[in-house]
Amino acid sequence: MTLALETKGLEKQFGALKVTRDLSLQVAHGARHALIGPNGAGKTTVINLLTGVLKPDAGRILLEGHDITNRTVHGRVLRGLSRTFQINQLYPDLTPIETIGLAVAERLGRGGDWWRVMGTRSDVNTEIAENLARFHLTDVMNEPTATLAYGKQRLLEIAVAIASKPRVLLLDEPAAGVPESERHDILAAVASLPRDVTVLLIEHDMDLVFSFADRISVLVNGAMLVEGTPDEVARDARVKAVYLGEGVDG
Amino acid sequence: MATSSDVGRIARAHASWHWSEIAFWCLALACGFAFPSRYLIMTDIVRLGLFALSLDLILGYAGIVSLGHAAFFGIGAYSAGLLALHGVITEPVLALLVAGLAATVIGFLTSFLVIRGVDLTRLMVTLGIALLLEALAERYSDITGGTDGLQGIVMAPVLGLFEFDIFGRTGFFYALIVLFLLFLIARRVVHSPFGLSLRAIKNNPLRAAAIGVPVNRRLIAVYTLASFYAGIAGALFTQTTQLASLDVFSFERSADLMLVLVIGGTGYLYGGLIGAVVFRMLQEFFSTITPEYWQFWIGLVLVVIVLVGRARLHRWVLLVPNWISRQLSGRKAAVAIPESEA
Repeated sequence: MTLALETKGLEKQFGALKVTRDLSLQVAHGARHALIGPNGAGKTTVINLLTGVLKPDAGRILLEGHDITNRTVHGRVLRGLSRTFQINQLYPDLTPIETIGLAVAERLGRGGDWWRVMGTRSDVNTEIAENLARFHLTDVMNEPTATLAYGKQRLLEIAVAIASKPRVLLLDEPAAGVPESERHDILAAVASLPRDVTVLLIEHDMDLVFSFADRISVLVNGAMLVEGTPDEVARDARVKAVYLGEGVDG
Repeated sequence: MATSSDVGRIARAHASWHWSEIAFWCLALACGFAFPSRYLIMTDIVRLGLFALSLDLILGYAGIVSLGHAAFFGIGAYSAGLLALHGVITEPVLALLVAGLAATVIGFLTSFLVIRGVDLTRLMVTLGIALLLEALAERYSDITGGTDGLQGIVMAPVLGLFEFDIFGRTGFFYALIVLFLLFLIARRVVHSPFGLSLRAIKNNPLRAAAIGVPVNRRLIAVYTLASFYAGIAGALFTQTTQLASLDVFSFERSADLMLVLVIGGTGYLYGGLIGAVVFRMLQEFFSTITPEYWQFWIGLVLVVIVLVGRARLHRWVLLVPNWISRQLSGRKAAVAIPESEA
């Protein structure tokens, strides 16, 4: 069976500091895989390596069996690997229509289209409308992103990633900073992601991790500590030691 | 649920013409009939406006700073001059296009250097390229005429019909029409998916790449397009003044262009045009009242603009027009600066 996403012996070093050590991660097709670890474990570096922002010093990254280690950031997106951002990196001046439109236009190969005004392609418009509806953004579709409620912005974040029709989606702390009242919408959106999209969730929130993931990898000091089912991880003594009983048993 | 056509309608609404834009162009055309004794300076303003439009495409939309945009202006100017002088292509419109394409080629080749690095690197690289071309033009004086420039350029009638006259009437309308046509193209480009991706890149290149935008390819494309515009502006300069000398490449020309956009604002296409009008009028005004110190006053105006903030100044200036426009259409005026530009 080919895996959706696989890393083989990934290494990254900043100066003398080894931030990723011999990381071999295997994410199965359709999995709900979570990557957890205490602060400073190197989770962000792993995302940057997977998405191509950073180049690994050693090791390989495979997306559905294809080596993407040397691909550009946008090249990986077009191959089917998208991500969401932990802190807000949306475009404050653009509306949800425009933001989602960007992703849809690029995926359909219309992003370089310089002669047709935005909104004149019905295939692009249809996909924008679908994504707006799916993530409850239709009512605010023509408002600048900066004016949206924070929960809506988090939904837009996920909507943009999904608009690229990824086969593997990296979710970087999707519920971080969302007020309790809007949390439900985010969790529902995450839970209702299509099953054929493989999800790698990078998260601090243990409730979310244990309710969502069917497999968990624990990263400590840039190396894999434990990998297993939620039950196995919750029972693991080393994990408990790392988190000092920080509600690991969810 | 919003239908596909709702989305299309809303997306297209951003590109629809506002009445103030139509008024702007009517006014520009009316100037051609109202001030028959001022054709020369008005043509100068039109050329500067086109040149500034070119810089706005890369600076206002893609966030590429340049202190050497005169490089492409100069290539266009010399190309147009040489084509006319040696009788290669005598018809001005065709020569204009060829000169613009010459600048486009140089723009494309140098774009690979410019897209590397950050703002400061880009300032230095663009400045360096312009200085390099200026030095080359001086070195190969047998082609360019060196410090004397190209002498004895005679322009054939536009399209074989309209003779360039001594008052500059043909020159003005010719330049205005070229500006308008190129403006229409630029307006379409910035409202296209390509234009939208440029805005995304300017705002946050990393995020744009994560959405799937090929950042470098887009920057190369817009830089090349802008060099075409600058080349056309330079060719218009030669064709309407029948001069081409080394100062077409000069640093002052590139720097003035930045000032024009500081005055007019970036990222809404009219900034370069409005900036060109205001900049030249200020220059005229100050050089009339104080011929020796006009640069001091221009400098003072710029300091005030930067300190007070263009957005605030524009709100004051546009208070009445905005009010009228709100009464008429219930919409915001198109000629308003995004707050973030201040």
